[in-house]
Amino acid sequence: MKPLRVVTGRVAVLDRPDVDTDQMVPKQFLKRIERTGYGDFLFYDWRYDEDGNERPGFELNRPEFRGATVLLAGRNFGCGSSREHAAWAMQDYGFDAVVAPSFGDIFRTNAAKIGMLAITLPESEVDRLIESVDLDTGSVMTVDLERRVIVAPDGRQVPFEFDEATRHRLLNGLDEIGLTLQHEDAIAAYETAHGIA
Amino acid sequence: MHPRRAYSLGMARTLFDKVWERHVVHEEDGEPTLLYVDLHLVHEVTSPQAFDGLRLAGRPVRRPELTVATMDHNVPTLPGPVTDPLARAQLDALRANCEEFGITLHATGSGYEGIVHVIGPELGLTQPGKTIVCGDSHTSTHGAVGALAFGIGTSEVEHVLATQTLPQKRPKTMLLEFIGALPAGLTAKDMILGAIGRLGVDGGVGYVVEYAGEAVRGLSMEQRMTICNMSIEWGARAGMVAPDETTFAYLEGREHAPRGDEWERAVKDWRSLVSDPGAEYDAHVVVDVRELVPQVTWGTNPGMVAPVDGVVPDPASFSDPTDRVAAERALAYMDLRPGQRIDQIRIDRVFIGSCTNSRIEDLRAAAAVVAGRTVDPRVTALVVPGSAQVRRQAQEEGLDRVFTDAGFEWRLAGCSMCLGMNPDVLAPGERCASTSNRNFEGRQGRGGRTHLVSPQMAAAAALHGRFVDVRTLDREPVPA
Repeated sequence: MKPLRVVTGRVAVLDRPDVDTDQMVPKQFLKRIERTGYGDFLFYDWRYDEDGNERPGFELNRPEFRGATVLLAGRNFGCGSSREHAAWAMQDYGFDAVVAPSFGDIFRTNAAKIGMLAITLPESEVDRLIESVDLDTGSVMTVDLERRVIVAPDGRQVPFEFDEATRHRLLNGLDEIGLTLQHEDAIAAYETAHGIA
Repeated sequence: MHPRRAYSLGMARTLFDKVWERHVVHEEDGEPTLLYVDLHLVHEVTSPQAFDGLRLAGRPVRRPELTVATMDHNVPTLPGPVTDPLARAQLDALRANCEEFGITLHATGSGYEGIVHVIGPELGLTQPGKTIVCGDSHTSTHGAVGALAFGIGTSEVEHVLATQTLPQKRPKTMLLEFIGALPAGLTAKDMILGAIGRLGVDGGVGYVVEYAGEAVRGLSMEQRMTICNMSIEWGARAGMVAPDETTFAYLEGREHAPRGDEWERAVKDWRSLVSDPGAEYDAHVVVDVRELVPQVTWGTNPGMVAPVDGVVPDPASFSDPTDRVAAERALAYMDLRPGQRIDQIRIDRVFIGSCTNSRIEDLRAAAAVVAGRTVDPRVTALVVPGSAQVRRQAQEEGLDRVFTDAGFEWRLAGCSMCLGMNPDVLAPGERCASTSNRNFEGRQGRGGRTHLVSPQMAAAAALHGRFVDVRTLDREPVPA
């Protein structure tokens, strides 16, 4: 995994609560056995109509949100299914960071595993960030994992909390399985003590 | 963070604390706890990329004997070959991966295949005190026997395959107490839907929930599974029920359950897996089941739910503006009006199945409602048993005839229309009474409209072509 320190880029807003991972990647795209290429399917049924044409009313189809790398989202973002395809699709579409009042647990974990930042801020703070986005021309935002601070489009600095072990792993691009296997002796000892031959 | 909390001897501990502490492999300050995994369940959809990752890194599966695979999400429920080339490739990949890495696979046609959360308990693999994971959010189901069971993503699947452990931050604990005795006609499905309606679809985020109280004690094992299954639908990491005589009676004699002296020793140990008197939870909520009425969801998440004798709510009545907009969007998608009576909503399809409600007791309960009656001619109704074993048992009991005589289709085991990865899907605009767990937009088919209900309520809806109160079914006019 590549080290991830700072994300700076265009910001998109999807201000809906309880966006589930079924919406992020509908089931018909879960049959692929690859890990890449899911960006085309992100929010498929919301992005496209039955004929495959873009729905102009859907947030991510707004011209000023095109090419966004940061998403401001509603509470409980990524609830529902454990499908990591949802996180893969977000990342493949271009998002390196999502900021929301809360996340579905499994989605948040999946994001952390693949090097996409899922950052929790109080709802009022997310609302202020959303208000600072210029909906006519688009805006740029920075998410700085190293300093644990968001630089809002209006220049305001918003600190955030982030699990320290995950931060260390992401900043250094470390392989988590490799880290766990450093405890091979402890795993083997546990197995011996519990009769797992 | 409180990785070293509550370890001292003599301190009152919860069921969760006890199971967690038994599985700690390694701990250090500022790091997640490394937790041992006793059982890893695998299916075709969330595993291929994990096996690829192992191959890429040249890593073996550490404990193939603690890993069990089945085919469930993609499989057609009508006899014959898999015609969808993508589905076939995914099923072939699972078969090849299990062969290469030495993992037991309950393949389609083996007689033991089925929904991963149905076969685990049914084979006795699911046991009290175990840690159980699977690349599927409804893994919480297995907590019904007093296991710590939760869904994981594909990166974590790879991690468990390689190390048989998972780094985990210790979650918070919540006690959800169902007080009172469950009224007749009510089910575990109504209990959990009613609870989610009150507590919200994010009410459990960050918690492992222990379900307790008189109403839970009175439930069968399979009904407890229904409750734990839907833990994820209000965001909980896992759901658990302390094991008791009901649990032991359910497990005794199952294929992978301990036998003889080992069984006696196991039960003695399992009896200790209860929360100590005075054990503290981070949160405690109470739901009085005596107030419950059969539940029907009206919206696009499981918290958007109403009693069958109620009406579709008016979004304007929601105090939170975010909730109001979400409700308006849900009603537009569901094509419902505020104030519309729930029992006047007409349906096109009925689905009885899924890891929530496809076990033998669910089928018996639905069959009891259906027996001697006829499915409304405008309704297409489907019964999909949760496993090949459930299907066989139902057929031995003649339940298949009860269903087919009434006009239901009797299918092969699988996840089927719960998520519509196989050919069983709703057409755009179709409305379905479903015993599954998610009424998300498009879940059962693009543009399809899902109403979550209990098996009895789904069966009753099939007969009448609309929702009816199963408690007063005999008084309902016979459909014209």
